[in-house]
Amino acid sequence: MDPLMRRAIITGLLGGAAVTHIGLIGMIDAFQSRDTIADVLTLGALLPILIALLIGWRSGGPMRTPHLVPTNRHAILLGAVGGAVTGLVIAALALFTTTVDVRWILSNASPSLAEELWYGQGPALGSILVVLVSAAAGAAGAALHVVPGPVARALTVGGLTAILVALMEPFVVAVLRNIGLRILEDTFYAQGGLTLIGFVLVFAITAAGTYAWAIRGRETKQRVAAMPPDRRRTGKLVVYFMLAAFLLLLPQIVGSRLSEVVGTVGLYILLGLGLNIVVGFAGLLDLGYVAFYAVGAYTTAVLTSAASPAFSPELPFFGALPFVVVAAMLIGLMVGTPVLRLRGDYLAIVTLGFGEIARILFLSAWAQPLVGGAQGILSVPPPIPFGRDPQSIYYPILFFCILAAVAARSLQGSRVGRAWNAMREDESVAEATGINTVTYKLLAFGLGAAFGCISGALFATKIGTVFPVSFDLLVSINALALIILGGMGNIAGVIVGALVLVGLPELLREFSEFRLLIYGVVLVAMMLLRPEGLLPSRSRRAELHEREDAEDQYEDEAGEKTGQPVVTT
Amino acid sequence: MTTSGALTGVTVQDAILRADKVTMRFGGLIANREVDFVIPRGGIVSLIGPNGAGKTTFFNQLTGMLQPTSGEITFEDTSLVGRSPHEIVELGVGRTFQNIRLFGAMTVLANVMVGHHVRMKASWWGSLLRLPAVRAEEEATRQRARELLDMVGLSRRFEEDWAKNLPYGDQRRLELARALASEPKLLLLDEPTAGMNPGETAQMTELIKRLRDELDLTVLLIEHDMKVVMGISERITVLDHGELLAEGKPDEIRANPSVIEAYLGKGATTA
Repeated sequence: MDPLMRRAIITGLLGGAAVTHIGLIGMIDAFQSRDTIADVLTLGALLPILIALLIGWRSGGPMRTPHLVPTNRHAILLGAVGGAVTGLVIAALALFTTTVDVRWILSNASPSLAEELWYGQGPALGSILVVLVSAAAGAAGAALHVVPGPVARALTVGGLTAILVALMEPFVVAVLRNIGLRILEDTFYAQGGLTLIGFVLVFAITAAGTYAWAIRGRETKQRVAAMPPDRRRTGKLVVYFMLAAFLLLLPQIVGSRLSEVVGTVGLYILLGLGLNIVVGFAGLLDLGYVAFYAVGAYTTAVLTSAASPAFSPELPFFGALPFVVVAAMLIGLMVGTPVLRLRGDYLAIVTLGFGEIARILFLSAWAQPLVGGAQGILSVPPPIPFGRDPQSIYYPILFFCILAAVAARSLQGSRVGRAWNAMREDESVAEATGINTVTYKLLAFGLGAAFGCISGALFATKIGTVFPVSFDLLVSINALALIILGGMGNIAGVIVGALVLVGLPELLREFSEFRLLIYGVVLVAMMLLRPEGLLPSRSRRAELHEREDAEDQYEDEAGEKTGQPVVTT
Repeated sequence: MTTSGALTGVTVQDAILRADKVTMRFGGLIANREVDFVIPRGGIVSLIGPNGAGKTTFFNQLTGMLQPTSGEITFEDTSLVGRSPHEIVELGVGRTFQNIRLFGAMTVLANVMVGHHVRMKASWWGSLLRLPAVRAEEEATRQRARELLDMVGLSRRFEEDWAKNLPYGDQRRLELARALASEPKLLLLDEPTAGMNPGETAQMTELIKRLRDELDLTVLLIEHDMKVVMGISERITVLDHGELLAEGKPDEIRANPSVIEAYLGKGATTA
């Protein structure tokens, strides 16, 4: 058989397996509660279609080994076949759940799942419909390879944005009310999702914008670069001013509930910026970063709370902060010293252990007199002069985020940042080039700890109580995942990563039981499609996309080398 | 101060580096056995020997990447034994590597600037606050790095490219520029012309000579290419099976029967 066709069928089967999986774990059912387009398409119904689209995109694309590029018509056909195979599996799944009762083991394999998969139609019509819809989605996915690049990009960005805007319905509505644009609400939103008009409009606007940027972006950039310096500076100032105004007014714009989410994102941005120094700049894979977060939170609680069990100086928050930072930096050095000689995987495992040790220590009976054991420390005061409510505590969080971002940026382009990068690239050569790797490793751990502990301190004062359970492994993993997703070594990437990995799940709380699954899928997809992250630093990009070229080149050169001595007498 | 070479009885008046009875043992394997070695200040000296003779091991002991099992190495009257590589760079010993080891995912310019690290003073908090002195030093370093790129003949066009994307010969030049950026008094080159074609090799040889003259360097190189070695060296030391086999001027080494035997095997002396 034609290898491309074979791939399309296999990919289609994989798509079927994916839909079966999410169906049987109840994801489709849960997502049924949300509309993407009111009265037309629920989110639950959209999921299988999106998967079929993805399958079509995979099926219709070029193949690496053997190297085959399908013609346009062939690509669309392949996409349709891939989608149809997925559709067939879906129909089979629906049929299965209606005929065989396996609910005693798979509680979601119910007739209601079949009804959803069949779009509420009967078995015959429903099966035909789902195969046709999936085939059409597959063909559409494959068509992304056929249309010109900017168009494909515009369609993808437009579609994803429209779905996202639909998902965010409760929050966007709240924002619209806050800024007095209630009028828009009726046009765009119905209960639970976008209206059809709203969906089309959002799609059209973002798609057109993306297309225009793809076509004119470079030109615009050049025009900006060609402007006289004073005008450019004015432009820059205007942008900064608008950004500053936006950031300062943000809590008022988004309201209290969203401010809470923004605050949490801010704490993770701080964590990400700190971990980025250790992992992204210096290349030290630290999986126990939560330890510094915990130390920051606990030190703050002990120093500020009146309920601190043993030692309670009841300092104001900002009075305690310098001590917190110093304490965390010392802990950073303490953690850093024993692992100085470890590299890569070994370092990761040991730091993972340190993270757990920190949590267990705070939980232990031994430390209970000081930090309260499982009862934790209660009544941590708010960061006077700011209150604890989300719209007020936003400001100290924002301040420290900006401070951390500026600090990270200054370090990145300095003697220190270069030394870290050199260490990340090749530790022994860095040492042989004159870099004291011991000092710079400890410095990375110490500064990373300082950022992490400020995040922890803000966390403690924001929540008002500190318990050991808040500091599990998941915090370290989240922080690491967000810098990987955003783009290792890049500051803007950290912010984007935190918004996507922390902000989105907070907004979609109702689906929180599937959070880790989605997390996993997103990270695997990232590693496959864009291993350098969403906003990569230049070096990571180079590393991951040009390595193949560089290796080929090196091998060619090495072929000419002869290790034999040439004696010419 | 006078030291005698083990085999030929050379005396060196002004030695920048001397090694006395340096032995390196890896378990049962003896990589260097009681090697005596002297580098006269301002000279170009070569270390040669068949594959596996212990040249790179010896090199690594001079730069602190390995610590000798026994013996003593002094650089300008300072002992190098027990010092870490970065301290030795600070004392004024720079090196390149046999298999080029650049910081691949850093720019060409950044690679050279990393080389200047030990001569810079910016502290971490100075860098954090971007103090005026730190910025001035950063700018001066950038200028110096550009001069060094010019000096080794790397086009400025490449300065923002990734080091790993440079052609092979240019990577060697970049490694040289990085080593020079640490302002060494003694430069150790591990097979600087390996993998180069005859044209590039000739250019590199010229470059090494010119750098020695312009920068007041002393150069020690490991080299396989005898044409290079004979053309550039003022003195040559031959290692074989970890031991000193011969030491002398190029002509003496060329005529030395045991050297020819070590390279080409018994019976080759007549060839």
